[in-house]
Amino acid sequence: MALLEFTDKGIYCEAADVYIDPWRPVGRALITHGHADHSRWGHQHYLCTTTAAPVIRHRLGNIKLSTTPFGETTSINGVKFSFHPAGHIIGSAQIRVEHKGEVWVASGDYKVRPDGISEPFEPVPCHSFITESTFGLPVYKWKPQSEVFEDINAWWRANREAGKTSVLTAYALGKAQRLLNGIDPGIGPIFTHGAIENTNAVIRKQGFALPPTIRISQQQKSQDYAGALVIAPPAATGSNWMRRFKSASVGIASGWMALRGTRRRRAADRGFVLSDHADWDELNEAIDATGAEQVVATHGYASIFARWLREEKGLNAWDAQTEYEGESLEQDKADDQEGTNETTV
Amino acid sequence: MRAFAALYTRLDQTTKTNAKVAYLAEYFAQTSDEDRLWTVAILSHRRPRRTVNTTLLREWAAELSGIPLWLFEESYHVVGDLSEAIALALPQPTQSSEAGLSHWVEYIKSLGAEEEAVKKARVQSAWLQMEHTERLVFNKLITGGFRIGVSQKLMVRALAQYTGIAENNLAHRLMGQWTPDSTTFEALVLTEDPLEDVSKPYPFYLAYALEEAPESLGPPKAWLAERKWDGIRGQLIVRKGEVFVWSRGEELVTDKFPEYAPLAGLLPDGTVLDGEILPFKDGVPLTFNELQTRIGRKNVTQSILAKAPVILMAYDLLEWQGEDIRARPFAERRQLLERLLSDTHTQGIVQPSPLVPFTEWQALHSEREHARQHHSEGLMLKRKAAPYLSGRKKGDWWKWKAAPLTIDAVMIYAQRGHGRRANLYTDFTFAVWDGNTLVPFTKAYSGLTDKEFGEITAWVRRNTKERFGPVRSVEPRHVFEIAFEGIRKSARHKSGVALRFPRMLRWRKDKPVREANTLEDLHQLLAAYEGNG
Repeated sequence: MALLEFTDKGIYCEAADVYIDPWRPVGRALITHGHADHSRWGHQHYLCTTTAAPVIRHRLGNIKLSTTPFGETTSINGVKFSFHPAGHIIGSAQIRVEHKGEVWVASGDYKVRPDGISEPFEPVPCHSFITESTFGLPVYKWKPQSEVFEDINAWWRANREAGKTSVLTAYALGKAQRLLNGIDPGIGPIFTHGAIENTNAVIRKQGFALPPTIRISQQQKSQDYAGALVIAPPAATGSNWMRRFKSASVGIASGWMALRGTRRRRAADRGFVLSDHADWDELNEAIDATGAEQVVATHGYASIFARWLREEKGLNAWDAQTEYEGESLEQDKADDQEGTNETTV
Repeated sequence: MRAFAALYTRLDQTTKTNAKVAYLAEYFAQTSDEDRLWTVAILSHRRPRRTVNTTLLREWAAELSGIPLWLFEESYHVVGDLSEAIALALPQPTQSSEAGLSHWVEYIKSLGAEEEAVKKARVQSAWLQMEHTERLVFNKLITGGFRIGVSQKLMVRALAQYTGIAENNLAHRLMGQWTPDSTTFEALVLTEDPLEDVSKPYPFYLAYALEEAPESLGPPKAWLAERKWDGIRGQLIVRKGEVFVWSRGEELVTDKFPEYAPLAGLLPDGTVLDGEILPFKDGVPLTFNELQTRIGRKNVTQSILAKAPVILMAYDLLEWQGEDIRARPFAERRQLLERLLSDTHTQGIVQPSPLVPFTEWQALHSEREHARQHHSEGLMLKRKAAPYLSGRKKGDWWKWKAAPLTIDAVMIYAQRGHGRRANLYTDFTFAVWDGNTLVPFTKAYSGLTDKEFGEITAWVRRNTKERFGPVRSVEPRHVFEIAFEGIRKSARHKSGVALRFPRMLRWRKDKPVREANTLEDLHQLLAAYEGNG
């Protein structure tokens, strides 16, 4: 039995009888971060980082949740667990598992380059590394974040000059705050969809200073939005909620916008290539930095990426079936959908 | 090529026609004559010939990107567009280039004569001088797959905005056989009276599909009906003792159809006919498939001529005794056409497309139902008073196609789409029952809404049985009504049949898999309609 196993409930550590990011209800769950496909309902006990906890509490309500600072070791049945920054969203962690001299790292979702708001990724040396592969193909290579923000600012400015509303879609948790933190708030007022504003409130309470935002409400008039930036979850576009903006340009901020086909199919006016997941170079860099000889690729182009690691890097690599979604454009993660109704009342 | 690449990006970011025309006109105003000419050429389907095959491009791209070929192929499949996949996979450029579109087109053309090693060095060097969109455009030019979502018509409109010359005049000047090497922007576009070109065709008038019943068109006596033939729309010109044949794509195809050559001596000079290039033997039209096979061949051999000879099924007379008569009413042109063809012995090479007589619309409903028995696709309805317009215009010409044949089939394989649909499962294989087994008989990839494609994609992801490369076999659980235009025998397919234009008409969520059609049903359709559609 390996130290970590993939079961039908999640990533299981038998020696400690705990699961990492399980997708079926279990007794004890170690959670890498607050996205709905990694932190689900129904576990008896949760453990996550101190900075990930507020959002998870906000989402899951009354759960038994313990927290740990980054880098601190928790022993369970003689197995040592510690959480290390994954750079994906605020509080997101890679979970290091050590037992009898063997070290595994389950990295959840991660990106290597700093985004200015999440705790930056730290490589953790290990024997076996569980990696995501959402963008595990060599066609996915991100431009520096600063260039993307320049593009977004320029788009907003041009729309503002034309009297248009700029509606930018992003996940309520993570991408939305990264955008708020990175755009130029001097251009104009920023409105947010209720789902995003609820998350913002939690994040602000944690001590993160986001620029001022205005929650979209029924009291506002369509002219209030002229020239403004609106940040909304992907689920909101194409819904009745969008009708309040009389003349709007819709932008999507997502790694999938790297492909012209995806961009065009979404019928957005602009696609901005901005992802909270590692691109091809980052995945390879992260794996190299761990020094791992064994790599398990999960969600994404897992089988292709594992073959690359096997054949070109000589690693013992394979792909495992999980229920993680990576970055999704098709269906929205649960945390985006939760708030969609709140603003329409 | 930065300016052209920027234009590409701007055109790609909008679906609004007026915006596209404005961007293009702005580009015309800012670029050089050489680049203007090449832009006009490219947007009028005069792309340079492909000088490097795509297999080599893939290898060179993978090599320069430091990835194995199989990984490049996997990436290409996901991206769905070879030019884009290459542009994305390549490493950052090491230089930049100020050279314009025409320079790079000439660069691509010059590769044709070179050895493979030289081609490789030049292509890789070009890649390293370009940023993403420049590479994308360069790759599209080199593979001959350049499309930009701007029709020739929009290009002409933009050119009209830039030059101040009327669209009609420009459209006429841009017709015919020219390449950027044989002319200049000045001579082609700006010169008022270009060299007389006896081969110059008139722009085609195209019909819209009639969605409602013909009763919506008003009193029947104002209309004429003909059959809609299933060949290639063509324009046949006899001037100065020469014959020219143009296809609807404004391609000169005279050489592909030597059958028409004798017409030079048979029809009077100054005659231009609009009609259908139709494979026709022993008094009946052959299937489009026969014609398609023939077009694919480089040389038109005697055996092809014997197997699938063509005639011109004439619809209209555009030029008569050297006079452009397009402005005259259709009924009058039609009379002139009939008179011309009865006065002239064309050895059966040109035949007037027979009118379908009717006094009440009701009679046409039944004609349409029986269209396949006449080897036709349906009916054409033309207003007697209509002039011959140019382009696709609503109002005077309608095509009223026969209802498609349909069969209920079970989806058994799914594959991701390409391009715009790269993230969706859109290409499906369908099967019918043969006893207790499902026999695949067709693929289809259109007809569903984006929402339905989204729904079936989510289902495919959760119900995959096996993967064979990009193809997934799925649980046989969904029935689709497949519509198609024709059916014929095929030795290449397990089911023994091949369909024409298969597409998904409806997702039959109400229908249990067991109630899908059978192979026998399919063979009955074959017996009833083979060759008739």
